[in-house]
Amino acid sequence: MTRAELLDALFPAGHATRVEADGILVGTATYGQNETVAVLGLVEQTPLGVEGALALAEHVLEIIRHSPGRPIVVLIDAQSQRMRRRDELLGLNEYLAHLTKCFLLASQRGHRTLGIIFGRIAAGAFIATGLALDQLVAVPGGDPMVMDLPSIARVTKLPLDRLETLAKDTPVFAPGLAHALPIGAVQEVWENPVELSAKLAAALQEPRPTRDERAALGLARGGRLHAAEIARRVEQEAVAAAAHD
Amino acid sequence: MKNALVPSRTGSWYEATARERISGLLDAGTFHEFLGPTARAVSPHLALFDLPEAFDDGIIVGRGKLQGRAVLVAAQEGRFMGGTFGEVHGAKLVGLLRYARDHHAEATSPRAVLLLLDTGGVRLQEANVGELAVSEIIRALVEARAAGVAVIALVGGRAGAFGGGGILAACCSRVVISEQGRTSVSGPEVIETNMGAEEFDSLDRPLVWRTTGGKTRRLLGGAGAYAADRIESFRAAALALLDGGIPAFDLATLAREQARLAERLEKFGACQDAPEIWQRMRLADAARIADLADEDFNQIAQAQPEANHDAR
Repeated sequence: MTRAELLDALFPAGHATRVEADGILVGTATYGQNETVAVLGLVEQTPLGVEGALALAEHVLEIIRHSPGRPIVVLIDAQSQRMRRRDELLGLNEYLAHLTKCFLLASQRGHRTLGIIFGRIAAGAFIATGLALDQLVAVPGGDPMVMDLPSIARVTKLPLDRLETLAKDTPVFAPGLAHALPIGAVQEVWENPVELSAKLAAALQEPRPTRDERAALGLARGGRLHAAEIARRVEQEAVAAAAHD
Repeated sequence: MKNALVPSRTGSWYEATARERISGLLDAGTFHEFLGPTARAVSPHLALFDLPEAFDDGIIVGRGKLQGRAVLVAAQEGRFMGGTFGEVHGAKLVGLLRYARDHHAEATSPRAVLLLLDTGGVRLQEANVGELAVSEIIRALVEARAAGVAVIALVGGRAGAFGGGGILAACCSRVVISEQGRTSVSGPEVIETNMGAEEFDSLDRPLVWRTTGGKTRRLLGGAGAYAADRIESFRAAALALLDGGIPAFDLATLAREQARLAERLEKFGACQDAPEIWQRMRLADAARIADLADEDFNQIAQAQPEANHDAR
């Protein structure tokens, strides 16, 4: 699905967006009962470097300042973080962290934040965009990952065909939407273009999640069986220890 | 359970194990571990890859005291799987931060969390659940900060703070780093593999250090405090930061961080190597930053405007 097709399907009542430098999408659109949503994005298969992260963060802060409470929909068709020595020299980790924090601040101040993956997103760029949002869905063609399988094979020194076999039994390491769903990283796939605008309006009407529910989702789907329980046991032991302190 | 921690033999943060760092960092005999090794919370995924497990999955979490004040602590063990975030490893830190977020207001509750980061990033054998754990950690960390909890990252271990660990460090209220504390998102080897040795020659050690190392991070403002490679030096730096005021997590702080990072790009965005940055900063010892002793370096860093700010 192209960006234009996606925008038309999501917002049949109208949208006005532009793509700025570094693949940053920005604009507004109309949804539901003639309500306005802020549209942001990282598109055109662009890797996320220091300039892009800073520009996107500025847009998020602008929305918080000037459009309190307006829902933010983030469209994603990107790459990983930009792999340049110069970006790392300048502190790319701080730029990605800043963007992550801006999205989380928007949530804390009552903005709905909803991501739609319609292409690739990977590694640190995924942490700073899609995974920093309250809700994350994909449309067909969405392809989230940490690292591609040949690279994982190189780093882990395991043969590619063995990894491919292992990936059939567990969703915990291999790339792609088929593995992001069962672990709870991506909540839903919106398959049918005709239903996109209704799905979006319905998702934005739901009460804003006040707690991170991804571990519970991964447990319910059978793809991430331990995370929720381990976190709960640590909290429990911390409470017990405080009582004895 | 109370743990009998073994003190470090050398006192070097870099050389110490995670347990030795906790032992030297906290007041003696005050550490209480949660979900310790006897609980055997091991990774359920490593056996698939014929890899050995660790009874703490490479991270120790608990509470203790720092100069009499209650603190929560998490320490990654860089010698086990590179200190990487797997499902269990990450969930232990999520649990600790959620406890900090939800219980900070009680009389005896810790209002500070010390994160002893020592990590190559996401554990690739558990890449998807490890990455999701990093995202959950960041969310819990930011929620704890918004509730008024101080979160301090301490970076100076063998594995540095790479990948998601580098992003996590920059989400903390404050960062302490030593010269050995390398931080970046993509590691030099990853950049070389993807982009070629002409982009980043990972075997050029001086280049790697001046690109990702603690001195560079401190001068640019990526870390608010610089420690010598001694456990007591990290302890002193953490105490000084906790006493010196902690930035709130709010719109004002993030607006200042936006301005700070924009200014960095404006001033140094055209620089390709660290010495060009030092020259533009007009540092007196621009040519020999790498050679400066810790005390001399610290003086320069403390006088450098870009290195000192309240916006994180």
